[in-house]
Amino acid sequence: MSSVPASAFLALALILFCIGLYGALTKRNTVIVLISIELMLNAVNINLVTFSKYGVSPSINGQVFALFAMAVAAAEAAVGLAILMALYRNKKTVHIDEMNEMKH
Amino acid sequence: MENAWLIPLFPLLSFLLLLLIGKRLREASAYVGILLTLASLVFSILVLFERFSEPTYMAKVNWLTIGEVHLTAGFEVNQLNALMLFIVSLVSFLVHTYSKGYMQGDERFHVFYAYLGLFTFAMLGLVISPNILQTYIFWELVGVGSFLLIGFYFYKEEAKAAAKKAFIMTRIGDVGLFIGMILLFWQTQSFEYSEIFKAVEAGSVSNTMITLTAILIFIGAIGKSGQFPLHTWLPDAMEGPTPVSALIHAATMVAAGVYLVAALFPLFLASKTALLTVAVIGGFTAIFAASIGLVQTDIKRVLAYSTVSQLGYMMLALGCGGYVAGVFHLMTHAFFKALLFLAAGSVIHAVHTQNIEEMGGLWKKLKLTAPLFLIGTLAISGVPGLSGFFSKDEILVAAWEGGHPVLFLLALIAAFMTAFYMFRLFFMVFTGDARSEQRDVNESPSVMTLPMVLLGILAVVAGYINTPWFGSFLGDWLVDGNPILGAAHIEGPAWIMIAATVVSLAGILFAYFIYGKRSIAPDWLSGKGDMLHTVVSNKYYIDEFYQMTVVAIVTGFSYFLRLIDTFLVEGIVKGVVGFVQGLGRTGAKMQSGQVQTYGAVAFLGLAVLAVIYALTGGYLR
Repeated sequence: MSSVPASAFLALALILFCIGLYGALTKRNTVIVLISIELMLNAVNINLVTFSKYGVSPSINGQVFALFAMAVAAAEAAVGLAILMALYRNKKTVHIDEMNEMKH
Repeated sequence: MENAWLIPLFPLLSFLLLLLIGKRLREASAYVGILLTLASLVFSILVLFERFSEPTYMAKVNWLTIGEVHLTAGFEVNQLNALMLFIVSLVSFLVHTYSKGYMQGDERFHVFYAYLGLFTFAMLGLVISPNILQTYIFWELVGVGSFLLIGFYFYKEEAKAAAKKAFIMTRIGDVGLFIGMILLFWQTQSFEYSEIFKAVEAGSVSNTMITLTAILIFIGAIGKSGQFPLHTWLPDAMEGPTPVSALIHAATMVAAGVYLVAALFPLFLASKTALLTVAVIGGFTAIFAASIGLVQTDIKRVLAYSTVSQLGYMMLALGCGGYVAGVFHLMTHAFFKALLFLAAGSVIHAVHTQNIEEMGGLWKKLKLTAPLFLIGTLAISGVPGLSGFFSKDEILVAAWEGGHPVLFLLALIAAFMTAFYMFRLFFMVFTGDARSEQRDVNESPSVMTLPMVLLGILAVVAGYINTPWFGSFLGDWLVDGNPILGAAHIEGPAWIMIAATVVSLAGILFAYFIYGKRSIAPDWLSGKGDMLHTVVSNKYYIDEFYQMTVVAIVTGFSYFLRLIDTFLVEGIVKGVVGFVQGLGRTGAKMQSGQVQTYGAVAFLGLAVLAVIYALTGGYLR
């Protein structure tokens, strides 16, 4: 397994993160935006696991954090989708550019 | 004398009381004013009598300390101050009493008494000030009192304009006084009269500086005393109620300029040029104003020009070194001119007009006012035996002995004119045919006539305290301990007195033939010099001249400044406002509410921070 270098994992995490960021910032559909955010979180998880194995001082902490992040992400997804449902009922739309109540 | 500082405080108390509760007192406010000025008068008389036997009293307290400089406030009772205290509080008391009748039924009765109190306070404060700074403060307060009282009938356009004119004209003079005061302080490090005189005597002030400061201070006196060329406000000030004209614009405030020159007399004595300026301005004003008085038809305006002329006399006396003569005439003039104004007020009160061409034959109807007016007229004309005769004689002698034959001649002609226009006034008002519209002419109530009787007595006897026949008590007393002020009595050739008498009697006779007996037609002279008559009755076009030059220039300059204001200043302001508003609008546009834009900007910021981090290694070096 040691034939795969750490940089490959990090590159994967980077690509995943960039895809997620791009999706979060450009997609109109709020569901896609939420999924993109999950993608970014998972890119972070890959980073954490990578450094837990190949870091300067490898330890189990990174993997513990990754598990934490997954748990939190699951909860966040539940809450986020619930909010999205509530918003949809109110505004009859899931397009994020129409949700501009934060204007001045 | 230790309690002389109380004297100005009584009228101040009257002012404050009437401000607070005057509305409820209504006509009873008169009693507050009368009683409190009576208290001032009693104290002033006590102080005057004490001053006869005791030396000058002076008290002061430290007021401000700025570095090495100590400014003091206090009061001083010297001869001149004690005399002025007496004159001011006496005339003020009498006018307070008189106004109770004259102003009866006026809606703002209590306000009138409050203003009178304020003015009396300021005037009394002015005459006991021991330093020029304190004098200046009261000097301006007096101006405020005058402004308020001239503009008392503020609903009349003329009164409003007159009040403004008086204030602005005197302010022009005050600028001179202010600069002179600062220069004196710069030269002597003190505002105290005594310190200034010491420095002047010791020669620590250069001659040019003495002349300059004396003339600058005299400019202040010109403004206040209505001397040429700042005299035009005084006749206009007659728009105020007549008691005010008697108090402020005849007896007290306008004499403040003469008082100031007298109080600073040692300074003026140190400069020949300054003295000559005072004498020339005074002499010219005396004849100039008298000539305008010859043709005026408003009873109060004739008296106003006569006041200007008499003040010119006082200045002439001071300028010729006749300190005693000037102060003496100030005193007698205060009495007979206040009498004349109060009597004129009584006439106006009876016939409800100020135009003397609409009066006539009032001698039989105003049994008390008419003889009193005659006494005042005789006194001001310089008929032998009355107060004006003695003081005017002193002035003529001072002018002759001071070596100013031209000014002496001017004064003599002015004396002739004075006698003429005063008797013209008298004959036109009191003799001849009664006008048909004056049916119900009644004598004024006793509250108005009593002050006039008292002033009438004073106008007759006041001259006898300083005569060439019975001794010069006033003169001896005034210069006692201050030999620098000049001789107590200047001996002059006897023909001066005879000349003065002849001249004044000639004026009276001339007026009698024209206006009394009517054996000479009134247009006998004016018909011959038509142009001259027009010029004189238009007051030499001085007002028009000012309107065309000073006022036009100032208005033009103001328009120019307004252009700068609208285009330059407002342009800059509008530019700044526009820039800030634009910035705000752009900022508001950025708050679009688009979450994704916010996210993008936040990420961009983070990226920039990361780049900086990478390039600099964590912190800015």
